[in-house]
Amino acid sequence: MTAQHILSQFRSTGVQTCFHDRHISPQILAGLNGTNWRLKDYESRGGYQALRKVLGVDGVAMSQDQVIATVKESALRGRGGAGFPTGLKWSFMPRQFPGQKYLVCNSDEGEPGTCKDRDIMEFNPHIVIEGMIIAAYAMGISVGYNYIHGEIFSTYDRFEEALQEARAAGLLGNNILGSNFSFQLHAAHGFGAYICGEETALLESLEGKKGQPRFKPPFPASFGLYGKPTTINNTETFAAVPWIIRNGGQAYLECGKPNNGGTKIYSVSGDVELPGNFEVPMGTPFAKLLELAGGVRSGRKLKAVIPGGSSSPVLPASIMMDCTMDYDSIAKAGSMLGSGAVIVMDDSRCMVKSLQRLSYFYMHESCGQCTPCREGTGWLWRVVDRIENGHGRAADMDLMDSVAEDIQGRTICALGDAAAMPVRAMIKHFRHEFEYHVEHKTCMVPAYV
Amino acid sequence: MISDSTKARFAKEVAKYPAEQKQSAVMACLAIVQHELGYVSADSEAQVAEYLGMAPMAVHEVTTFYNMYNQRPVGKYKLNVCTNLPCQLRDGVSTLKYLEAKLGISMGETTPDGLFTLQQSECLGACADSPVMLVNDRSMCSFMTPDKLDQLVDGLRAAGDK
Repeated sequence: MTAQHILSQFRSTGVQTCFHDRHISPQILAGLNGTNWRLKDYESRGGYQALRKVLGVDGVAMSQDQVIATVKESALRGRGGAGFPTGLKWSFMPRQFPGQKYLVCNSDEGEPGTCKDRDIMEFNPHIVIEGMIIAAYAMGISVGYNYIHGEIFSTYDRFEEALQEARAAGLLGNNILGSNFSFQLHAAHGFGAYICGEETALLESLEGKKGQPRFKPPFPASFGLYGKPTTINNTETFAAVPWIIRNGGQAYLECGKPNNGGTKIYSVSGDVELPGNFEVPMGTPFAKLLELAGGVRSGRKLKAVIPGGSSSPVLPASIMMDCTMDYDSIAKAGSMLGSGAVIVMDDSRCMVKSLQRLSYFYMHESCGQCTPCREGTGWLWRVVDRIENGHGRAADMDLMDSVAEDIQGRTICALGDAAAMPVRAMIKHFRHEFEYHVEHKTCMVPAYV
Repeated sequence: MISDSTKARFAKEVAKYPAEQKQSAVMACLAIVQHELGYVSADSEAQVAEYLGMAPMAVHEVTTFYNMYNQRPVGKYKLNVCTNLPCQLRDGVSTLKYLEAKLGISMGETTPDGLFTLQQSECLGACADSPVMLVNDRSMCSFMTPDKLDQLVDGLRAAGDK
């Protein structure tokens, strides 16, 4: 056997993580099986009908304003982490701007816990392409890029193949489907830098530079890629658009809850029986999502949940079990829905060890541009590392809290906040565990690897 | 020298960007170099710089900023095991340790026969597939139980140069 053949045996099939029957009213992941990702399959699921509707291929075209109004009505919010209203973001683009404008898809999915955009692009790439074409039409944009996480290279290759299909079918390029609208879309890839998920770092990277975030303002809508007006949305955000156009903004809103329209794909990882992606309506109770993921592993008790990717503040089980999975409920509980990456921890988990790993990550991925982040992330890791290794001091918890406070809000981009927030939440909710570590120089829960 | 076939791959990437923005293709060109040669040498950086009309230092800035570029030769198979928190909760660390024992090296090292380099990595974006590892930047291997790790390592050893 060749090396390539050997490696291909271990490639993910999506069976466990995506093609289960435990989605609720799915829109993006509906009807997928791993082989039906091609253009003809997507069209047989109603794909590119929304684009035809927008361009007026079989009737009257929608105006740019109508498309944006529909997206606004849907209450679709950015699925990358910030939850910013998508329609509002689209309305910020200067539509009458005479020069080049750009559309960018942020598929640099590297927030620990998050693995949804990979499944979307791997198993339903055309839904992202269609969403991007519609967005480009609404904002009068003629060129777009999809920047894909470098580690998922096979997904990048898959997306390139899908682009070829779309070009050959006249869905991309000049005069799309015979209309006077033209849009060129290309795929680009990262090569291992978490920071490039930050939108302005991503733009720097697309320009062929190291990915260090830009100071904002100016925002990308006025000064983006190559200094031109640019709109950046997450993969899942674009993937939501075709359904909204086909079924209307109101219908999308109604399948979620007020201010939180539609379905959301949650990546559930950690201590559950069945980790994977689950597409469910916004506002689904966390308890239901946990049940879909097979419950806590080995019948253990739920201890804590990081509800929106590693940067979001951890919540103890008692608070989490009362939450519904939507932006407003999780924010009210003191955390963030973020990218929808739900990291589940059972009662055998040590919070000091968990934080030690996260703090190492933020130290490793800090781009070094801002002093509070560059110095602070390393400081935080060194302190939590010494607590974990039995060398902690009584004042260390307050020290970490103050270092985190000195980082938060004092850096160009959100990586500083992302490093600080988990620290502060861990100390807030699990201070006794840190104190036990310091006092006893060992863990109060059974050790794990 | 950059071969004609490599230049054809470069050209495909450059064509994605405006004519005056060739530099945008630098990430892809360096990844192509690494795919063909195993790592990015200073010579390769200079050649990419010349091809794209960039300063060699601007290319070097890119090589050194992004984690996946190998700045020196690595083993024939580079194994990157994710140990970030979601993977730590699902045997990511024990997977790394298993490979250390099996290959007789510590993370960051290369086996004496030059076949394997073992590295710890940050989030690969495949958290539900844990334990998960990336082989030679392009092949994601999912649900890597000890059995599968044996199959993978033994298989690659047997494959030799094939």
